[in-house]
Amino acid sequence: MGRFWSLLFLSVPILGVAIFVWSALGLYPLQGHWFPELVVADDSIDHLFYVILWMTGFVFIGTGLAMFWFLWKYDDKKYTGPVWYSHGSHLLEIIWSVIPAVVILFLAIYQMDAWAGARMRRPMLENGQPKPPIARVTGRQFEWKIQYPGEDKQFDTPDDLYTTNELHVPRDEEVVLEITSEDVLHSFFLPNFREKQDVVPGMKQFVWFKPVKDGKYDIVCAELCGWGHYKMKGQITVESPSDYRAWLKKAYDEQELSEYSLAEAE
Amino acid sequence: MSSITADGQATHAHTSGEFGVGEFISTYVFSRDHKVIGLQFLFSTLLWFLIGGLLAIGIRWQLAWPWSDMPVIGPMLFSAEGGQISPEFYTMLFTMHATVMTFLVIIPILAGAFGNYLIPLMIGADDMAFPTLNMLSYWVMWPAFFFFGGSFFVAGNGASSGWTSYPPLSSVTEAAPGSGLAQTMWLIALTCVGISSMMGSVNYMTTIIQMRAPGMTMMRLPMTIWGMFITALLQAFALPVLTAAGFMQLADRMFGTGFFVPEGLIVNNSEMAAGGGQPLLWQHLFWFYSHPAVYIMILPAMGMVSDILSCFARKPLFGYKPMVYAISGIAGLGFIVWGHHMFVSGMNPGLGMTFMVATMMIALPSAVKTFNWLGTIYGGKIQFTTPMLFALSFVLMFVIGGLSGIFMAATPVDIFIHDTYFIVAHFHYVLFGGTAMAVFGAIYFWFPKMFGRMMNEPLGKIHFLLTFLFMNGTFFTMHILGAVGFPRRLADPYHYETFRHLLPMNQFMTICAILMVASQIFFIVNFFYSIFFGPKAGRNPWHANGLEWQAPSPPGHGNFDFQPIVYRGPYEYGSPEVDEDYYPQTQPPNERGDTDEPATMVNH
Repeated sequence: MGRFWSLLFLSVPILGVAIFVWSALGLYPLQGHWFPELVVADDSIDHLFYVILWMTGFVFIGTGLAMFWFLWKYDDKKYTGPVWYSHGSHLLEIIWSVIPAVVILFLAIYQMDAWAGARMRRPMLENGQPKPPIARVTGRQFEWKIQYPGEDKQFDTPDDLYTTNELHVPRDEEVVLEITSEDVLHSFFLPNFREKQDVVPGMKQFVWFKPVKDGKYDIVCAELCGWGHYKMKGQITVESPSDYRAWLKKAYDEQELSEYSLAEAE
Repeated sequence: MSSITADGQATHAHTSGEFGVGEFISTYVFSRDHKVIGLQFLFSTLLWFLIGGLLAIGIRWQLAWPWSDMPVIGPMLFSAEGGQISPEFYTMLFTMHATVMTFLVIIPILAGAFGNYLIPLMIGADDMAFPTLNMLSYWVMWPAFFFFGGSFFVAGNGASSGWTSYPPLSSVTEAAPGSGLAQTMWLIALTCVGISSMMGSVNYMTTIIQMRAPGMTMMRLPMTIWGMFITALLQAFALPVLTAAGFMQLADRMFGTGFFVPEGLIVNNSEMAAGGGQPLLWQHLFWFYSHPAVYIMILPAMGMVSDILSCFARKPLFGYKPMVYAISGIAGLGFIVWGHHMFVSGMNPGLGMTFMVATMMIALPSAVKTFNWLGTIYGGKIQFTTPMLFALSFVLMFVIGGLSGIFMAATPVDIFIHDTYFIVAHFHYVLFGGTAMAVFGAIYFWFPKMFGRMMNEPLGKIHFLLTFLFMNGTFFTMHILGAVGFPRRLADPYHYETFRHLLPMNQFMTICAILMVASQIFFIVNFFYSIFFGPKAGRNPWHANGLEWQAPSPPGHGNFDFQPIVYRGPYEYGSPEVDEDYYPQTQPPNERGDTDEPATMVNH
């Protein structure tokens, strides 16, 4: 049976790698079983994922094959040679401590820039001030409230535009959003933008990205927020700056109209 | 025959004639014997393991066939909805699945069951240092069983703010249906589990430091004991923080304090009482315990696997000292990496970078352990017994779980994969592929010692094969879902266009999961059949070196029928000094002893 068990363990690296390659190539029946389409300019997260995938894949295949080979060769029923009576090797311990340490240190330093870009280097205006958010997104059970500052670029003034679950952003511009929550924790997750940030009541946070492809994409809530967590779905629309401005105007006019008719009805 | 136990009380072995009800209760129920307590923990946790597994099937059912009627059990559970799982019930399912598996299965089965049973036997002691405390550590689990179990039946149907219980969802009663009485009961149960663990850990530390047999130096301890010892240290230092945090949340809920509730909260369109607290504080306190707890859930398993691998490779453990240092290193680093659960929580990004570097460093001792395990089987004479198969699969599954950890340790990648199925894949590979497989291996390995009989090998191998196949079918595919960004904890992920096409893969996973749970029938049958009808084991059926194998199977009260004296480490397999391929720790140098009648045996 030793042969059978060795092959069973060998099947893990083989099938594991096969499933990853199969999905990454999108072959039948696993089309779309990989990253959702990237629609922002910054691809550093995907790049880093692939770097780590290659490194870990190498280690995974290596340890899997080594294990298979040892099991195959040193099967009690087949192997007739003497047992290697050894308590360890100082040299080997040093080798397999130092090499992983170097690789890990490289990886730790290598990723710092991507993290800083995503979380620390907020886009600046020409005058050196941080770029103001184009909209404020507030999570609540179970919807995304979205507020645009309007012409005066100030939040909480009469010309603000309010929408629910519908966020529009201009293409090819650095977009900054202010995100927060009014009740429990939520998480503002844009799979196509590789962006995710928990929103915390009482805390104002900013996220930024530069969309480069028109389309409508999901806004997902990724932090448990109660029974309706699954249906807390929004939509983000990327469109050309002119379409974006036209939408802003149209939406604002509709809002005025409904407020007017509301006031009239009273 | 009479003997003196550790607490100085003389006990006498009784013949069946004079064995009354009172004796039965003090021997098998409120027993202070570490072996009975260990078995009590084992049976309780295995029962909860089954319950936790069934809860997981509920989760999987909903993900494969959302909002469809559950056959057979659906109408019994949710007759109001015609057999469908409601979203409220779904949140309760994953909350309680994780809670049960973490607090009622993995932690108590490692420390409570195996720690209790093995520590005195493996170090050559007659019992724990504090037998009464030990008994209490088991009975304090019962209020926890009651409160966790009872929370299924109160209004709102079980705690449903995740096993992490993040406020404000968990601390504001209005925020969730299960956030009423059920959440309060959950917190009380958690405190009971904490008290039990604390009693256990104090006991284990004292026992291991003070009660080792003559000659049993720290560097002659089996790796299992090292794992238990480091785990006890982790428990002792990290648990008080969780207990304090639990009380703070309880106070927030019951006495209107505001540790975790911020100001100006509006829930369900009504304004909450002013809090002035900070939700992130809970996350820091919770993970300050729960990250070390991740190592509490793996280090003893690593130790047991090291023992099993060495025994069935018939070869010394490769690099004993580096293994000890690696366990200590993992534990030490375990205290400074809790922030990696919070990379996208809103914590200061600069702090995230620090935690990232510390987290990456954990890969180092983990790699050392893996390579040493491979070194252990290299050049041996490998016997493919059931415990060995489980131990080998532990190594391979731990490699997968460890490597996928590097993805989420990388802060930028974590932005994308946080709270997706990539994380779910990662911790199931570590906790099921790793710890649960090690626990199965350990049960098959030490069963002869616990019950004096062998388990059935062919049944054990069928159990291994099916569990191994279906486990990988269930959990490996989760990595692929994670790459798409498929989020955790959604009752209906197909609500989003991005994830709609992933339904067939989820159905495949669910079928695998159901078959995986079904495969455990082979284990259950084997376990109970072997307790009564398995072939008699003898003292040392595996020809192993450890002290526990020199005691009778099962050991009587007081464990050893002779005073064990230790001459060497526990991994002297294939030693050139003796003709046999093993060299028990108690065997005096160059003097051969029959293992069934140890040479050092002293009759009382």
